[in-house]
Amino acid sequence: MAYSKKVVEKFENTLNEPDKNSVGRWDPSDLDIGTGMVGAPACGDVMRLQIKCKPENNSHVISDVKFKTYGCGSAIASSSELVDMLIGKTLEEAREIKNKDIANALDLPPIKIHCSVLAEDSIHKAIEDYESKL
Amino acid sequence: MQLPIYLDYASTTPADPRVVKKMQECLSLDGNFGNPASRSHAFGWKAEEATEEARQHVADLVNCDSREIVWTSGATESDNLAIKGAARFYKTKGNHIITSKIEHKAVLDSCRQLEREGFDVTYLDPDSNGIISPNLVKESITDKTILVSLMHINNEIGVVNDIKAIGEITREAGIIFHVDAAQSTGKLPIDLSELKVDLMSFSAHKTYGPKGIGALYASRKPRVRLEAQIHGGGHERGMRSGTLATHQIVGMGEAFRIAKLDMDEDNKRIENLRNKFWNAIKDMEEVYLNGDEISRAPGFLNVSFNYVEGESLIMALKDIAVSSGSACTSASLEPSYVLRALGLKDELAHSSIRFAIGRFTTEEEVEYTIDLVRDSVEKLRTLSPLWDMYKDGVDLDAIEWAEG
Repeated sequence: MAYSKKVVEKFENTLNEPDKNSVGRWDPSDLDIGTGMVGAPACGDVMRLQIKCKPENNSHVISDVKFKTYGCGSAIASSSELVDMLIGKTLEEAREIKNKDIANALDLPPIKIHCSVLAEDSIHKAIEDYESKL
Repeated sequence: MQLPIYLDYASTTPADPRVVKKMQECLSLDGNFGNPASRSHAFGWKAEEATEEARQHVADLVNCDSREIVWTSGATESDNLAIKGAARFYKTKGNHIITSKIEHKAVLDSCRQLEREGFDVTYLDPDSNGIISPNLVKESITDKTILVSLMHINNEIGVVNDIKAIGEITREAGIIFHVDAAQSTGKLPIDLSELKVDLMSFSAHKTYGPKGIGALYASRKPRVRLEAQIHGGGHERGMRSGTLATHQIVGMGEAFRIAKLDMDEDNKRIENLRNKFWNAIKDMEEVYLNGDEISRAPGFLNVSFNYVEGESLIMALKDIAVSSGSACTSASLEPSYVLRALGLKDELAHSSIRFAIGRFTTEEEVEYTIDLVRDSVEKLRTLSPLWDMYKDGVDLDAIEWAEG
């Protein structure tokens, strides 16, 4: 199966310049950090998404994001793509991001849609974790 | 050095230039294009001469009588003909078949079909090193057993079964023994005058011949009988009808002739490259060789890089053609059934890469690949949350993972 050009580019950028692509981690016990881990090693995909949030007006804004992903190239590219979408968004806006948005941005083929679904799940888990600390 | 580098010789091989030349001579008007079955003119006689010479080359490589070689379209067809053909012919003697869980799909799917027809099939577990124990075969035989089908060299891990010992067991019990040797020709010596094997499948394209041609060895002494699977014209002594594809057959014959000539030298060189490769990566943390380290064919290197998913590693190994036991490319999300049958955990199976070195692999190519593998694994581990957890001392098995 050939990958889309966008997946390859995103994957390679992330692989070769992890620091510029928000690869990393924060202490999950910090109060301004929300962590979402989804997937399972046995399925070949595990994503860990962390959002750093701050209160702003009546909401909370995602000021920074870090992630690590174990999975195929499409899974890694999906997480990395998601990061670009999240920074600067309020939690309400972030909840509106759908797997389709990620799949479309990367031209994911049907067989790889589950990668974008996993990425969407990771946002919800991360937001849930952050809100549980408020 | 040219990129991309081909390290997937277990999947297929390029035809040797000498093979291509021979094949080209059997296609056009000024070449040997006749139908080998045409008895009434020189075009047919000449074509028959070429196919019979090729048959002799195949027989010579495995030391059998050329009349024991039946042309097929490839090892898949050979496996189908051997298994379904023998089972259906001998069904009045019994309905039990023994095979293993790590056979090629051509064998497994043929057995599944026979199960639908009322046969009972035992699928043996390999040892954790990938070898089928001859004793296990012996213990699994019942008074209903008519056929044992096991592979010589496993196509994913390159492990070699002891077909000599298994043949002794099946012959004594009066059971037909079929061996899928698609991966073996040119890699290991095969002496069918010594081995107590009744049926053996061969493929041309794994041995520097063309795709679309293979052969089945069907023993004459003792004589094994088969029910034909393809009818029409009674070619190949009724076992496989269809006009012989002279150019394909000649290609396979030439490939096998070369294999016999070059085998020792080829394999020494290939084994050295394989050892060099493994020695240069085995010091890496959490890297595992899959399959027995000693009983294996040269050229195979199946390695799991723990905490790195195989398909992402393939993507990072840009310009290197390899294959993975990861199932991310398949819809099932199931990793390699072969590695799982060895008892590997799913994540190790997902992390596996098969490097297969062959006749045209150079030392420079292997060195380039080693550097790229080391670098890519390290980079992917930087990205891997599982690697972090491993480094933090977290027991991954103790975590309750949400299904992905």
